[in-house]
Amino acid sequence: MTYDLKLRIWRGDSSGGELVDFSVPVDDGEVVLDAVHRVQAVAAGDLAVRWNCKAGKCGSCSAEVNGRPRLMCMSRLSDFPQGEPIVITPMRTFPVIRDLVTDVSFNFQKAQLVPAFTPSAEQPQAPFRMQQVDVERSQEFRKCIECFLCQNVCHVIRDHEENKEAFSGPRFFIRYSELDMHPNDGLDRKALVQDERGLGLCNITKCCTEVCPEHIKITDNAIIPMKERVVDVKYDPVRFFRRRAARR
Amino acid sequence: MTELERHSYDVVVIGAGGSGLRAAIAAHDSGARTAVICKSLLGKAHTVMAEGGIAAAMGNVYEEDNWKVHFRDTMRGGKLLNHWRMAELHAREAPERVWELEQWGALFDRTPDGLISQRDFGGHRYARLAHVGDRTGLEMIRTLQQRAVSLGIDVFMECTVTNLLKDGDRIAGAFGYWRESGRFVVFETPAIVLATGGIGKSWKVTSNSWEYTGDGHALALRAGATLLNMEFVQFHPTGMVWPPSVRGLLVTESVRGDGGVLRNSEGRRFMFDYIPEFFKAETADTEEEADRWYTDKRNNRRPPELLPRDEVARAINAEIKAGRGSPHGGVYLDIATRRTADYIQKRLPSMYHQFLELAQVDITKEPMEIGPTCHYVMGGVEVDPDTAMSTLTGLYAAGEVAGGMHGANRLGGNSLSDLLVFGRRAGEYAARYATGLGAGRPVVSDAEIDASAAEALAPFAIDGGENPYTVHQELQAVMQDLVGIIRNEGELESALEKIAALRDRIKAVTVEGHRQYNPGWHLALDLRNMLLVSESVARAAMERKESRGGHTRDDYPMTDYDFWGKINLIVELDSSGAVGIRHQPLPEPPPELAALLEEQH
Repeated sequence: MTYDLKLRIWRGDSSGGELVDFSVPVDDGEVVLDAVHRVQAVAAGDLAVRWNCKAGKCGSCSAEVNGRPRLMCMSRLSDFPQGEPIVITPMRTFPVIRDLVTDVSFNFQKAQLVPAFTPSAEQPQAPFRMQQVDVERSQEFRKCIECFLCQNVCHVIRDHEENKEAFSGPRFFIRYSELDMHPNDGLDRKALVQDERGLGLCNITKCCTEVCPEHIKITDNAIIPMKERVVDVKYDPVRFFRRRAARR
Repeated sequence: MTELERHSYDVVVIGAGGSGLRAAIAAHDSGARTAVICKSLLGKAHTVMAEGGIAAAMGNVYEEDNWKVHFRDTMRGGKLLNHWRMAELHAREAPERVWELEQWGALFDRTPDGLISQRDFGGHRYARLAHVGDRTGLEMIRTLQQRAVSLGIDVFMECTVTNLLKDGDRIAGAFGYWRESGRFVVFETPAIVLATGGIGKSWKVTSNSWEYTGDGHALALRAGATLLNMEFVQFHPTGMVWPPSVRGLLVTESVRGDGGVLRNSEGRRFMFDYIPEFFKAETADTEEEADRWYTDKRNNRRPPELLPRDEVARAINAEIKAGRGSPHGGVYLDIATRRTADYIQKRLPSMYHQFLELAQVDITKEPMEIGPTCHYVMGGVEVDPDTAMSTLTGLYAAGEVAGGMHGANRLGGNSLSDLLVFGRRAGEYAARYATGLGAGRPVVSDAEIDASAAEALAPFAIDGGENPYTVHQELQAVMQDLVGIIRNEGELESALEKIAALRDRIKAVTVEGHRQYNPGWHLALDLRNMLLVSESVARAAMERKESRGGHTRDDYPMTDYDFWGKINLIVELDSSGAVGIRHQPLPEPPPELAALLEEQH
């Protein structure tokens, strides 16, 4: 069944913008991204939006739909109240480039800071022997599609531009966790993630977990265990004295 | 031109999917100053959509497996039109390339012995696909992306190349624009690796993303390189058919590899009715034997659901046409009655998720409705198998944009391995060529830059012309209806007429707004490529008067091994820019490899 959908889409650039009303025909079973594409095709050919796979696999079409951060390709129109306009705004934590497109380079800068996977001394050369049960924990985090919704919703940086410098954000805490839990990684990044990447700033409100389209348990399975391991290392008495000795 | 942004490199890779990133890593490791340019953000390329796995004869599950069996499967799956040398290199080198990913941090699913697990797929004699659930492409692109970043390779994201620049008959650079600002940028480089993927966005029902506009194919043609066997387009048998919003979205072949079967509206496993002579000896002819094969491959033959994709897609098409389709115009893919819910969720998590969220279908309880979707182009830039260089000096191609490797039909899983094997080769040989040039490097000419800029800005100069989105939709309808799975002369003729008319119309396409992040403008520029490539496909399809792999003519239904089985079709532009086709003999394999193809299993 075809019906007319009302949309209010934020249009503008770094100098400012406003919500613009559109009304386009949509069909049953369509998603928000379909409606945005229809706006492009019939009403605003230059409406800027990022998208690629339209299947929830690439993580490109992140935006805030009725105030909630989500992938537009995985947001079914039927899940929104009929008759009311759907409001689409760009992710708020990142600077706007144009319309729904934001400058997410913050994330690529943080990615450059991650010390790469480094095989252990025991198994320096692939093929490695690793058991399924041991790779599964890291595999959960490697499901991440880098939509950056967790980064967008994290209030350490959402309302605090000043924290961006010292905070890598949930996407990268799962990356550090993934490497830490990799059965054949030989590098210890715990002190780094705590002291330099801002793990300590996270006060585990689980907003990131709530918006993750891959349903990765970011807080429970990555951040909290990581915090615990950091504490184990920091307050392990043997290591504590060893560190003190090293400083002398 | 004033104030033009310029960069200088030894090797520039266009495209940051699997082959592009692998090429960049290889070029970097060979000592070349290397850059990657990609239309989207890093890590979003179409490779993330690959689900099933990477085919590589590591022998982790069946020790009988080796490169020779993989070579044979690949050649037979390609209906023997593959370049034998590419198929050989691919089969020999794929295992090393997979282990390399593991070395760089990839976490594949494991066997009970702790080795990389391998799964069954269509056309492969043994369980051969290294995988991570059904998100193998994501694992691969993330691993390569993280490797490239850790090596410090320069990445130009959201940057689109519109023209290749030449100095005489050699590559001299590339011209493009930044999506964000719309500003132009020139790359001065003697070596370019095309890694731009496929062409599927010219069809209506497709598994491909907006990026798949045949840029590399068109850039190569316009620069004077040749394309090979463009008539071969793969329609993946299983795309979603409902709801309309997701029509064409891929449903991984792993569903069948892991036990799923195809049924028509009468509940019949119809694939048993479509086993071709060519694969009779290696395909089960009873449901009992087919079902035993999943656990005992030594004593049973493969289920017909796991025939190569071209066979399965044609069979589904025929069932739907015969009126035995599902309510939304597909057939049923059923794994719910054959495997436990737990197994399905473990092995096919993305599919479970995709159907539940987008179609409200629980695949552990109900069958899926599926139908063929445009997925992959076997044809591509004609390259030297060992070096991946095209017929144009300095221009290399790897992955989907390159032709020859897959013959008339690609086997599932052979794409990801192709990306790695030939991505690495292209990067390495491009670096070798570029760093060996010394002082004799080609130079970019201002005239070519000015012409490229004028061409790119043309859509802004027209007022009141056509909407690019409308032209795109019309092209998709033409290719879907007239150059689809089943073709004939009359329809191809009509397609060519319509494509010619569309080519005239895009000259008058209008773009609203300004140059900053303007998708209408980007589409207007991509349309040129789509039309050139679509015409190449239609002309080659018209020329090849037989049916083989991803090219089926209902006016020439037989596969002709005596004449067409020895012919490659070459596409090239003449001096006026018109698309021409010529015949070229298919290289013949040496006797020891030819003998492998004869072996019966």
